Amino acid sequence: MSEENKGALGFKQDTPMERFLNGLIVENPTLVLMIGMCPTLAVTTSAINGVTMGLATTFVLALSNAVISLLRKVIPDTVRIPAFIVVIASFVTLVQLVMQAYVPVMYQALGVYIPLIVVNCIIFGRAEAYASKHDLIPSFFDGIGMGLGFTCAITIIGLFRELIGGGTMFDVQIFGEGSVVPGPVGYFFSQYQPIRIFIQQAGAFIVLAVLIAIMNQVKFNMEKKGKDTSKFGVGGCCSDVEIKDPHKVKDELLAKEKAALETKTETIKPSDIKVPEKEPVPVEKNTEEIKEVITPGEEDKK
Amino acid sequence: MSDMMKVSSNPHVRSGVTTSNIMMWVVIALLPAAGFGIYNFGIDALIILLLSVFSTVATEFCYEKILNKKITIGDFSAVVTGLLLGMNLPCTVPWWLPIIGGIFAILVVKMLFGGLGQNFMNPALGARCFLLISFPALMTNFVTDTYTSATPLAALKAGEEVTVIDMIIGKIPGTIGETSMIAIVIGACILIMLGIIDLKIPGTYIVSFVIFIILFGGHGLNGAYISAQLAGGGLMLGAFFMATDYVTSPITTKGKYIYGVFLGVLTGIFRVFGVSAEGVSYAIIIGNLIVPLIEKYTIPRAFGIRPVEKKEEKKA
Repeated sequence: MSEENKGALGFKQDTPMERFLNGLIVENPTLVLMIGMCPTLAVTTSAINGVTMGLATTFVLALSNAVISLLRKVIPDTVRIPAFIVVIASFVTLVQLVMQAYVPVMYQALGVYIPLIVVNCIIFGRAEAYASKHDLIPSFFDGIGMGLGFTCAITIIGLFRELIGGGTMFDVQIFGEGSVVPGPVGYFFSQYQPIRIFIQQAGAFIVLAVLIAIMNQVKFNMEKKGKDTSKFGVGGCCSDVEIKDPHKVKDELLAKEKAALETKTETIKPSDIKVPEKEPVPVEKNTEEIKEVITPGEEDKK
Repeated sequence: MSDMMKVSSNPHVRSGVTTSNIMMWVVIALLPAAGFGIYNFGIDALIILLLSVFSTVATEFCYEKILNKKITIGDFSAVVTGLLLGMNLPCTVPWWLPIIGGIFAILVVKMLFGGLGQNFMNPALGARCFLLISFPALMTNFVTDTYTSATPLAALKAGEEVTVIDMIIGKIPGTIGETSMIAIVIGACILIMLGIIDLKIPGTYIVSFVIFIILFGGHGLNGAYISAQLAGGGLMLGAFFMATDYVTSPITTKGKYIYGVFLGVLTGIFRVFGVSAEGVSYAIIIGNLIVPLIEKYTIPRAFGIRPVEKKEEKKA
C-alpha cells in the first residue's frame, strides 16, 4: 500500500506539494498529457500572451476545482457535466470582466480565447478526473499546479516563437533592427532577420514538437538513471476517469463473485471431500449449489 | 529504411539501378538548367547553388553523425535536394538564406520523418515554402544588374506584354533554375530516355494546366498567352523534377494521372485566381500531402481476387 500511495516525484499522494509538482512537471498538461492544445497553438504568438492566458486559466482552474470539490457530493452523477460548465463558466465570466476593465489591451489581444477557457479541456479534465473525487485542499493545489504547468509551457512556447519570429522578448527587441543590446554584439544581433513563419501557425507546431521532444528526452534520461518514471503521463485525465457503465459494473461484480467462489471450492475440495466420509451428501450439495451460481454468471458475461 | 527488403521468393533479378545511380543522373539532368542559371545571373548564382548543396549535405552528415546512424550522404539525394533548393531561389538572396533553407529541408522535412523514403513532402519544396513564408521580401526580389523588370509571370498578371521567345530561351528574371525552358526540357529528356521518370505525371500536369488556362485564364485559345504561362515561372522545373520525386508521388498508374491533373488544376487556380503570380511550389506541396489518399484508392486489384463491391452485393 505504501508504494501505491506514493505520488509524483516521491512525495506522498494527494498532498498539496505533490499535487503542485504533479501538475507542473510530471503530468504537465501541455507537454506530457497534451491537452488544451487549442490555446497552446493559437495564443502563443508572444510570451506576454502566453503568461496572461496561462494565469487566467490557472485562476479559473484552481477556483473551479475547489468549488467542484466542495460540491462533489451534491452534484448528481448524471448531470455533472452541465454542473461543471456552470461553475467553470461563472469563473470565466469573472476573469473576462476583470480583464476587460483592467487590462483592455490584453483582452483585445486574446480576443475570443478568453471566453473559450470555458471549454478548455484541461479544466474539464481536472474537474472530471480529480476534483470530483478528492477533497478541497488537494483539488485546489491540483488546479494551481496544472494551471502553472500550462502557464510555463505556453510561456516558453510564446517566448521562442516571439524571439525567432520577431526578434523580441516580452516586446523588447533583442535580435533584428533596433536591438537594445549595445556595442559590437548589438550590431551583430541587429543583422538578424526574423523568421516570420514562427509567428504563424506552422511555427507553433514546430516549437511545440521540439519542447515535447526535450521533455521526452528528460524522461528517457531519468529512466536510464533508474528513477521511477511510471507516474509520467499516466494517471492523467483519461486514465483516471471511471466510466460507470452499468454492464461493466455488473461484469465486475460477477467476476468478483466468481473469484470468491473459486477460492471457496478450492479450499473445500482437497480437505472436506476426503476426510469426512460419513457426510458426503452435504458436500456434494454444496458444490452443486456453487456451480449453479457460477453458470448464470458466465452466461450473462457472454 | 532497412538496407534491403525482399518481398518475393527467388529467383531475383539483379539490376544495376541503385538510389545513388538514379540520383546522380538526376543531378546530371539538372546541370543544363543550373548551368544556364549561372550563365544568366553570373557568379552569385553559382555561390548560392554551392552553398545550398553544401548546407543540405552537411546537415545530413551532421545529423547522422550525432545520432550514430549510418551516413547516407553517398546516395546523392541530399545533393539533389540542395541543387533543387538552390535553383528555386532568386540569385539576389543573402548568403545565409540557402543555408537556413538547406538545414530546414534536410533536418525538419527529411530526417525528422525518417530520412530518404519517409519524407511526406519534397524537402526542397518544403524549404522553399518555408523561406517564402518567412522572408517574403527577400524571396521575391528578382531585380539584378541585368534585369530590372518584374518576372514575366507578374507582368502577365498585370496585363503587360511579354516576349515569349525570351521566356523559352530563358533570358528573363526569375529564380536561378527555372528561367530556361529549353535547358530544363533537355534535362528532362535525359531522365525520360533513361527511364528514370516517365511522362505520366509531367504530361498530365502540363496538359491539365493548359486546359485550365484555356478555360479560365481569360484569354481563351491565345497561343502567346498559353506558351508564356507554360514557359514562365517554375512550371517546367516543378513538373519534370519535383512532381516526379519518387518518394512523394503516387506509385500507381491511375494515381499518377490523378496526381498530375490535381497539380495542374491547383497550379491554374493559384496562378489565375491567386494573389501572387506563381503557384507551382504550393500546388506540388499540397499534392504531396494527398498522395497517401490517392494511393489508398488506386491500389490495383490483385489477380484472382474479386472486387470488394461484388462481395457486398452477395451479402445483400
